[in-house]
Amino acid sequence: MEKGEILALIGKSGYGKSVLLKHIVGLLKGDQGKVIIDGQDITQSKGSAQERLRRKFGFLFQGGALFDSLTVFDNVAFPLREKTKMKEKEIREKVFFQLEQVGLKGSESKYPAELSGGMKKRVAFARSLILDPEIMLFDEPTTGLDPIIANTIHKLIKDIHERLKFTGIIVTHEVPKIFSIVQKVAMLDEGVIIAQGTPEEFKSSSHPLVQQFISGGIETIPES
Amino acid sequence: MTNWIRNLGAFSLNQIMNLGAAGLFLFKGFLWAFIPPFKFQRFLNQIKFIGVNSLVIIVLTGIFTGMVLGIQGYYSLNKFGAEALLGPAVALSLIRELGPVISALMVTGRAGSALTAEIGIMRISEQIDALEVMALNPFRYLIVPNFLAGIISFPLLAAIFDVVGIYGGYLVGVKLLGVSEGGYFGEMRTYVDFQDILDGFYKSLSFGIIMTWICCYKGYNAGYGAEGVSKATTQAVVTSSVLILVWDYFLTSVMF
Repeated sequence: MEKGEILALIGKSGYGKSVLLKHIVGLLKGDQGKVIIDGQDITQSKGSAQERLRRKFGFLFQGGALFDSLTVFDNVAFPLREKTKMKEKEIREKVFFQLEQVGLKGSESKYPAELSGGMKKRVAFARSLILDPEIMLFDEPTTGLDPIIANTIHKLIKDIHERLKFTGIIVTHEVPKIFSIVQKVAMLDEGVIIAQGTPEEFKSSSHPLVQQFISGGIETIPES
Repeated sequence: MTNWIRNLGAFSLNQIMNLGAAGLFLFKGFLWAFIPPFKFQRFLNQIKFIGVNSLVIIVLTGIFTGMVLGIQGYYSLNKFGAEALLGPAVALSLIRELGPVISALMVTGRAGSALTAEIGIMRISEQIDALEVMALNPFRYLIVPNFLAGIISFPLLAAIFDVVGIYGGYLVGVKLLGVSEGGYFGEMRTYVDFQDILDGFYKSLSFGIIMTWICCYKGYNAGYGAEGVSKATTQAVVTSSVLILVWDYFLTSVMF
């Protein structure tokens, strides 16, 4: 994929989409293969080299992965406090700006347990963006959310992408809604990319699984 | 027959791998303890969590252990007409053995279980993964502060347990059963050596390492879902407690 593009990675549940994201960021190590980020293989990197590579990433986890014991403000400020030498005043400004961007101004002092699913995702999004990553990975950003909140999250991703121009991969089941915010689509099935292209090319793919996925066709459940 | 052998082999291999992973975990924990930057605030939080918050339970168990020792010691010593030695008997039992062991078991039950559950929940809710993605070392944030807090808190808690226990024994022995007050403390000064205190200190120090090591390791490697965390918590408390008692025997036999 090209720099600055967003790719939607779709496929059936349990076929390795989230696992692929975790391999890309180096959270999981495969038995074989490479993940090349800017010419460097993250699977072979260690220590400060791995740290440098990971600094390029923002990761929006499926459940948000917010730190329970920290407030919304502290969650978003956490990477700045730990990875930069910014003064507290600058941190406050940046966190407030980021929270405003995701529509959560006024929720700074709340704890993750007090937030709805959509709010948690937005806080997690704000946190993942706070260090201005070059690459954003989204693991099912709208799973479990109602259609209105899901659309809001999609619009948020689109708006912030237009501003920051990050390269992104979104693991999602939101087909065809997701086509409006991505430049490329790929479908993963049993560990293999079976189709890829622009949303238009993807929609016109003759692959039966792609068509089944787009039309929401049913799958025959094998008898046990 | 072959199935039985295969299962036994798989089980043995699994246990060896677990042991290796746990050993490596301990090594990494200590390694990161010497590599700055240190998370001082988190270390203080964990001192509060493991140490300060265990004070009430330590004082309670300490005083009653001392009182029981007072009664039992008086009963035994009275048979030989040696009630005057109640003070050193209570003190030596507490300082060399019961103080470090009981306080370690109590803290394992209170703080160890919570520690495993907290780290386990962080594992299953991907909070540890989030730390890694932020290029932050989870050992530095989660494990090292607990190791250090355990090393500092356990000897202090054992010392408090000892002191409170000695006063518990004093209450029963001197105030209720009539042992002379001067004899209770005077004989203690004669028979309790600095080496005894040092032995108790070494024990509680090592128990602190065992508890934080096992509880952090189990939480860090917790399985999936609530069941995984509950299983990890149970295993952490049981394994830590058993290891503390086994290690106590070996240390005692070396120090004796």
